[in-house]
Amino acid sequence: MNTPELLKFAIDLIAVLLLALGIKGLSKVRSARAANRIAALAMALAAIGVLINSVGNTGITINSWSWIIIGSLIGGVLGVLTAQRVPMTAMPETVALFNGCGGMSSLLVALGVAFYPLETIPNNSVDNLIETLSIIISIFVGAITFSGSIIAMAKLQGWLSTPNWTQSKVRHAVNITFAIICLIASIQSFQGINNVIFLLLIASLLLGIGVTLSIGGADMPVVISLLNSYSGIAAASAGFVVGSQLLIVAGAMVGAAGLILTQVMCKGMNRSLLSVLFGGSLSKNSNNKSKDGEYKNITSCSSEECALTLEAAERVVIVPGYGLAVAQAQHTLREVTRLLEAEGIEVSYAIHPVAGRMPGHMNVLLAEADVPYEQLKEMDVINPEFPATDVVLVLGANDVVNPQAKNDPDSPLYGMPVLDVNEAKTIFVVKRGMSAGYSGIKNDLFEMQNTSMLFGDAKKVLADLMVELKELGIGKK
Amino acid sequence: MTFLNEALWVLLLGSLLGLELIGKVPPTLHTPLMSGANAISGITMLAALTLIIKVPDNPPLLLIGSISLGFALFNVVGGFLVTDRMLAMFSRKSKGNRK
Repeated sequence: MNTPELLKFAIDLIAVLLLALGIKGLSKVRSARAANRIAALAMALAAIGVLINSVGNTGITINSWSWIIIGSLIGGVLGVLTAQRVPMTAMPETVALFNGCGGMSSLLVALGVAFYPLETIPNNSVDNLIETLSIIISIFVGAITFSGSIIAMAKLQGWLSTPNWTQSKVRHAVNITFAIICLIASIQSFQGINNVIFLLLIASLLLGIGVTLSIGGADMPVVISLLNSYSGIAAASAGFVVGSQLLIVAGAMVGAAGLILTQVMCKGMNRSLLSVLFGGSLSKNSNNKSKDGEYKNITSCSSEECALTLEAAERVVIVPGYGLAVAQAQHTLREVTRLLEAEGIEVSYAIHPVAGRMPGHMNVLLAEADVPYEQLKEMDVINPEFPATDVVLVLGANDVVNPQAKNDPDSPLYGMPVLDVNEAKTIFVVKRGMSAGYSGIKNDLFEMQNTSMLFGDAKKVLADLMVELKELGIGKK
Repeated sequence: MTFLNEALWVLLLGSLLGLELIGKVPPTLHTPLMSGANAISGITMLAALTLIIKVPDNPPLLLIGSISLGFALFNVVGGFLVTDRMLAMFSRKSKGNRK
């Protein structure tokens, strides 16, 4: 080992250490921000390591430098712009987009090496076999990550709906066909890499689309998390392609981390990973169920009535959901709760593990609106407190407060842990209309006697509510 | 063969490390953590860099490498910044709590 090599080796070791510390630190609220920076620093170090080693040994031509600068400039600037412009509500989509690009990057590297090998490796040797295998895995996983993430993003943005054919059994036949084509193309590639690799590429891209397209919106976070894990695997595999240990470690860590997160999310929704991937959209499975799911005995009320009830309450629990995020109503909500608190009313927020479109989505949103951290209560903590609660305000949440999950063994939601809001004295549900939740299942809560509906956009309703509360003289003290 | 040997060990230990590191995380941090881990998966930028440096006189490969580098950096830079944006809200919060 000469000096640059030694230097790179040392930098690599430090980078791995920092990356591990970074991921570890990200798991604690207090250290998370610093940890994120540590991880970013580790990445920068790793890149510097590669550059130092190359400058010291083979040198980097001006030609190479210019390509490096062009590529990093375009990618970096677009990254900064996207990160700054994107609204907090669009976080899941954004993560999906970034993730897809990571997969694309691994795919391109493998494709490049497939046609222009970096070193000549004797045919039929073990090294050759491994190189081909890692190229195939990089392309396969990278392509699925890319197309899957883009579809996931498009569906979350509402650019794409779930086509009907993907809900029938046909989709299995289609996806299996793509998978078989991938397999055949892979086997062919071992005989020598040629244009058959493009067949693998196209079939993998289509497979990514086919699998993701059939998955209902409510399951999307799980899919994004899984795809995040895939992009780690693609990176590790690209590490084998170019012979970089650092890539393998980092890729493996992300791959394992993504799997754990995916599992946590599935648990929160009482779904198994297999049923998410192959079960299709929940709403279609429960079609016969929702047909007789017409709502009767719905009570709706005005914001004035709601304000009067709130005024008399001692304990109020807010249940935020995706509707709150869409309406960007977190700040208005915070102003309303400030009024209530000024009146001595105890306010807390019940956070369901999968409220919103991602675990932690609501925490991020409410933190943005300066909601004190200790007022956010997790499901297990808040559930026993509902019987002693005067008013529950459900803001754009639906499936996570559906009592069917507890009472109706035939319901597709049965067994999913939910917030027991129906045990509270009075429940107000703020909702845009009577449409079903993301799972497409009727919510029995809305028909209950102690439930009143406040129809309208969450932000608008909360603003009205604030006016009414102020007229009642609440929060004047 | 030695690289392969070591690489497989590295793969194994890296995966185990990942499983352990992520094991205990409060739900609050799931989204930021996912986003942060996602940024780290952009480490393929190193592969793209290696590609560009190793074959300085192969135009198609340079182009592929450069595009790949762009995609990877988009992932890395965007990922870390977005994560920071999310976490900025928490850190302000926890400071307020300590007062």
